[in-house]
Amino acid sequence: MSTEPVLALRDVSKHFGAVQALYGVDLDVHAGQVMALVGDNGAGKSTLIKSIGGIHPFDGGELRFDGSPASITSPKDAAALGIEIVYQDLALADNLDVVQNMFLGRERLQGLRRLDENGMETEARKTLSGLSVTTLRSVRTPVAALSGGQRQSVAVAKAVMWNSRLVILDEPTAALGVAQTRQVLDLVKRLGDKGLAVILVSHNLHDIFEVADRIAVLRLGQKVAEFDAAGTNQQEVVEAITAGSLQKVPGMVEAQPS
Amino acid sequence: MTQVAEQAPLSSTSDAPPGDGSLADYFRAYLVRVRSGDLGSLPIIVGLLIIVAVFGSLRPAFLTAGNFTNLIVQMAGLTTIAIGVVFVLLLGEIDLSVGYVSGVAGVVLARLLTENGLPWFAAVAAAVLTGTLIGLLQGLIITKAGVPSFVVTLAGLLAWNGVVLILIGGRGTVVVSDRVVIGIANRYLPPVAGWVLAAALVAGFVATQLARQRARRAAGLPTVPPLIVALRVVLLSVLVGGAVVLCNASPRGGVPVAGVLMAVLLLVWSYVAGRTRFGRHVYAVGGNAEAARRAGIDVDRVRVAVFMIASTMAALGGVVLASRLRSVDTAAGGGDILLNSIAAAVIGGTSLFGGRGKVSSALLGALVIASVANGMGLLGLSSGAKFVVTGLVLLASLLVDSFARRGRSSRGLA
Repeated sequence: MSTEPVLALRDVSKHFGAVQALYGVDLDVHAGQVMALVGDNGAGKSTLIKSIGGIHPFDGGELRFDGSPASITSPKDAAALGIEIVYQDLALADNLDVVQNMFLGRERLQGLRRLDENGMETEARKTLSGLSVTTLRSVRTPVAALSGGQRQSVAVAKAVMWNSRLVILDEPTAALGVAQTRQVLDLVKRLGDKGLAVILVSHNLHDIFEVADRIAVLRLGQKVAEFDAAGTNQQEVVEAITAGSLQKVPGMVEAQPS
Repeated sequence: MTQVAEQAPLSSTSDAPPGDGSLADYFRAYLVRVRSGDLGSLPIIVGLLIIVAVFGSLRPAFLTAGNFTNLIVQMAGLTTIAIGVVFVLLLGEIDLSVGYVSGVAGVVLARLLTENGLPWFAAVAAAVLTGTLIGLLQGLIITKAGVPSFVVTLAGLLAWNGVVLILIGGRGTVVVSDRVVIGIANRYLPPVAGWVLAAALVAGFVATQLARQRARRAAGLPTVPPLIVALRVVLLSVLVGGAVVLCNASPRGGVPVAGVLMAVLLLVWSYVAGRTRFGRHVYAVGGNAEAARRAGIDVDRVRVAVFMIASTMAALGGVVLASRLRSVDTAAGGGDILLNSIAAAVIGGTSLFGGRGKVSSALLGALVIASVANGMGLLGLSSGAKFVVTGLVLLASLLVDSFARRGRSSRGLA
């Protein structure tokens, strides 16, 4: 494992009109590491991951991918670098089956412009079993018929199938019951074990302490703390979320050099 | 939640190298699908059997070979238009203009043939292309201006009706006398040709099924039990063979050309919907447009293409209808054509809410509607009664779907 982070953010910022959503955030995510991103509502977690994903690009600061500066201005750029985001609402089509969803938009073809169903099914099975997702009865089940945890697993599998380097998970366990949460957390751990860089956005500190290697805390658009998960506790993280010290005072946007 | 968990046992089916699925597994999976609300074409087959039984017992003439052959010709235009409607419904959109688009195409065809003396292929091509361009126009307005398809195609319904009237002008009726064009709905294949086509169809089906089984086994994927494949082949042979026997035994003496056209269109469009990337994207956009967009699918392009397909098929249906009537008049594209074509797609099992359905539902639904109309006609009932019964059939099919859906959501699968 190289010491060069897969993703390095330096002093990135983002504003929407007069609202400054991110102020000079630094963040390093290494391969094989699960980086948890926590913070209260409105702390800038979603803005940060959407900017990394190219949905609304950063308007200041530097983004380095694998050590070289990269510009991500659209979701296509992000995908080309190997960044995949699993959104909270999963973006799966209920009426399509598991294989069809995993290959959506990147279908494989064979002769007569025909879909290569067998090739795609084989690949999907391989990816799912590589992630030890074994609860699916058949990869030809429509996603509508899957449980919440299974859907989440499919969404994650879809994200890692494309030689991705960095997988960003947005609240993957928010809507799940206990057993299902277990499944998904195990899956997140396995992503790290497979050498992927993972950013996990969550509100649930219990989940985070279970899987994360490092914990970055955002508050009012700034990174107020970063912990080694092994060397901290929930108390400390909660304090940072609610009262972490800000370097810049919100409302003083004009004073910030862009 | 607990129910959902029960449905997801920790089996390891995705690891084990699967061989031929057993029959029991196959039927168990089928029963699960039925109980969870995915009835497939089961209700419509039951419905068709009821229709055949009722009209057959009331009017034995309904069950004659001659009437069966007539039925094929009667439903050909409707099926053609309904195929296009299926695509629009798969997107979760609607096209209310298909009726009068078929009318416009009919008038364009008739005038080009009769007044401009164009050869049949040029006139047919022009008529169909007119439909394609109308679809392009409507599709662009719907996607670029963001106006709901309901409104745009409602405007289309009015405008294209007007265009039919303007193009007909003071003529009243334009007679179609081209032999080839009239032949579409009025000629019948020699008996041998019918058999050859039927044999080719079955042979093609067997070949593709076997090829698929072999490819899946080679790839180590689960296969359908061989007995099921055999049953499918037998069923198709019986249906196709039976149709050819009946057509050949009818006073017409053979399979109608319109029937062959219908079969070809169904095969081609089923392939497009089920086996191509475009078809997959249509289902994806209809199921979850946002997911499709995030997956990098050009959603607008898919939608425009689908509206072009709908109008093109409507225009082709207009050609078939003009061929059957041997003329086009101011009523072209009007009456019950629009509503029947939408009803056919829905009765056949295509959901109005997008993402669920098959091209073949156009055939099944059109068969139901044409059978009811045909049977009521034989009973000498008024067209009022015909509309009422068609309406009730539509309602019944939607109720079945609605109950099935309820079953699905109560099992946490909706």
